[in-house]
Amino acid sequence: MFNYIIDFLSSDIPIVAYLAVALVMFFAGVYGFLTRKNLLMMLISIELMLNGADLNFAVFNRYLYPEQLEGMFFTIFAIAIAACETAVAIAIIINIYRNLNDVDVEKIDEMKN
Amino acid sequence: MGQQIIFYILALVIVVSSILAVTTRHIIRAATFLLFVLLCTAGLYLMLNYHFLMAVQIAVYAGGVMILFIFGIMLTHKPGMSIPNENWKRRIAALIASLVGIVLCGGIIYFNVNQVIKHFNETELPMQKLGEQLMGTDKFQYLLAFELISILLLACIVGAVMIARKRK
Repeated sequence: MFNYIIDFLSSDIPIVAYLAVALVMFFAGVYGFLTRKNLLMMLISIELMLNGADLNFAVFNRYLYPEQLEGMFFTIFAIAIAACETAVAIAIIINIYRNLNDVDVEKIDEMKN
Repeated sequence: MGQQIIFYILALVIVVSSILAVTTRHIIRAATFLLFVLLCTAGLYLMLNYHFLMAVQIAVYAGGVMILFIFGIMLTHKPGMSIPNENWKRRIAALIASLVGIVLCGGIIYFNVNQVIKHFNETELPMQKLGEQLMGTDKFQYLLAFELISILLLACIVGAVMIARKRK
């Protein structure tokens, strides 16, 4: 038993371990997106999903094609686009709160006129 | 061996924090758990020897995006306010959906990704190669995408200020 643990810990990290972490992160985001009704919580769930996908790009790049950098640049650009998206989304949410005094998607059912 | 232990600690923190982030009832706690997830993801990038990616992840995500989240939470929620839970039917349905997704994708990963792939080049990524690829215009070089991202950021900042400003 003890030897088994030592063997397990002294081997290299398999690619499946990284993918499993990204998988759990992504589907935690899916669960949050489907259950939560608060706009900010939905945005947090989207960030979790994006983060899982980014991790997958970097891991596949590193393990399968370590000579190239395409996956890593995809991750960098995805992070930049996620930052843009969050800035605009937070601005929209603040504007909604200012006009309707709530950020719950069930209660946002009025239009301007 | 030390690498394995650090990896499993990071993985455990990521899994627990991401599940807590979507199930906790206080939104500021959800943002804090999201911060833990982002920092541990930066640690995973470091273990993959992508140092520049780790710096970008910490500076942009754990720095900028988290500050935006804190702004948003502080401007739209009273302190200590807790969000009511959804009804159990919706939660059960979402749980089933995500569990089915995990089983499906996990099966695909487990049976299709070759488990022999365990080793990668342990050397650090040379920063000069990265800079040449990011700033060149040949094949597999990304200057055009870089400039487009900068214009997108500018447009997003202007748009966000326009949307969030007070109208007279």
